[in-house]
Amino acid sequence: MGGRDTDIVLLDENGIRSDGRKVNETRKVSIKAGVLKNANGSAYIEFGENKILVGVYGPRDVHPKHMSDTDTGILRCRYHMAPFSVGERKNPAPSRREIEISKVIKEALEPAVMLKQFPRTAVDVYMEILQADGGTRCAALTGASVALADAGIPMRDLVAGCAAGKAADTVILDVNNEEDQAGQADLPIGYMPNLEKITLLQLDGVLTPDEYKKCIEIGIDGCKQVYEIQKKALQEKYFSNGEGK
Amino acid sequence: MTNEKNRHVIPGEVIVSGQYRAEQNTVLDGDKVLATVIGLSDIHDGNVRVIPLTGGYYPKDDDLVVGKIASHSAMSWEVDINSCYAGMLPATDVFGRDFSSHSDDLSSKLKNGDLIVARIVNADKTRDPLLTISGRELGTIDSGELIEFSPSKVPRLIGKRGSMIQMIEGATGAQIIIGQNGMLVVSCDDPNGLLKAIQAIELVEEKVHVANLTDLVNEMLESKGE
Repeated sequence: MGGRDTDIVLLDENGIRSDGRKVNETRKVSIKAGVLKNANGSAYIEFGENKILVGVYGPRDVHPKHMSDTDTGILRCRYHMAPFSVGERKNPAPSRREIEISKVIKEALEPAVMLKQFPRTAVDVYMEILQADGGTRCAALTGASVALADAGIPMRDLVAGCAAGKAADTVILDVNNEEDQAGQADLPIGYMPNLEKITLLQLDGVLTPDEYKKCIEIGIDGCKQVYEIQKKALQEKYFSNGEGK
Repeated sequence: MTNEKNRHVIPGEVIVSGQYRAEQNTVLDGDKVLATVIGLSDIHDGNVRVIPLTGGYYPKDDDLVVGKIASHSAMSWEVDINSCYAGMLPATDVFGRDFSSHSDDLSSKLKNGDLIVARIVNADKTRDPLLTISGRELGTIDSGELIEFSPSKVPRLIGKRGSMIQMIEGATGAQIIIGQNGMLVVSCDDPNGLLKAIQAIELVEEKVHVANLTDLVNEMLESKGE
């Protein structure tokens, strides 16, 4: 971040990015719901080169007991990067960054999940990053929301995640690893498309007010595209061999 | 007002907008009714609900459940009812009002692992659901095959006014106790009938969202009957 010098051309004269995308194009996203037998709900998501597996348990008993809340259920999230998810081996112990991302994903999911229906219980979301290529928090959030729906946990809406940002002085959609490292700004967004509400908003870098507005605009647009893929994944699992109307 | 059935919905999807009441598994957002779970929407007389296709069991008053005794304290048994809340069966329900925690031993009546058919007396979520086994068709289960079924698919297994379960019972000669919590006990004198009943139950679980499920199950029951 902060526009480090690099040999990579982030944006060529035709407006094509280093990985061949246009400025307002997301990476290829594919999601499969219900991939794990032993979890109550699960999803596998490929967001460009990101590969993430999400498992959801619950609602279930809270352990340790003192964490339980008599008024509401609680949501616990763990974002974890596998040692082989990045170029250099990552220490599997939770890092400062992983703890932060776990927290922001939890807070991004909480407005959607109707935890008040299950007092004294916990819903656990485990996100395992198998391969990382920039934008893992958005991808993990997207996958987590599909896994929660797969577990049958009541939700007001699905949460779709997509980042916008700035590289080579241009506002771009869905920042990849190179653009994140060498670009000027990264703005991850979590969005509930039907309720039209933003649940996650972070900014790393510097944007002018106009650029910020543009980032939000295209970021939400990206989230809506991701939402369609989430929807398709759930429909595929639950309604594919029936005669749906 | 339109009556519409069985549209496939996912959480957040707008089922209908206008003057409607949001019932089970739906939520109101302005005048829009949104689904909160994956399932089939059902609009009837202005009431909108979603029949879930996934999810666990959440105890409701008056539900009939099949449970397994997990442990006991001096005053009650804790019963596993396949839910995030454990069922509580008070000792007085079995021993009567003159129960004394000093002289009566709970494990003499119900041991860990025993199966019971119980009704939920009180499920207000502030406490664990209270069970009773005194009543008609309630009590301990001595024999049969325990099957774990998906709780969200239980209504489909029962069918309209019990049509599906009656058909399976009629064709196989088996007796099936259905707990709303997805725990089933199948008993049958004829081993072939037992096997066929279990296969029919598995078929219902697998093809739960297919429209002509009754025909499908009927076909299966008849084809293997000869």
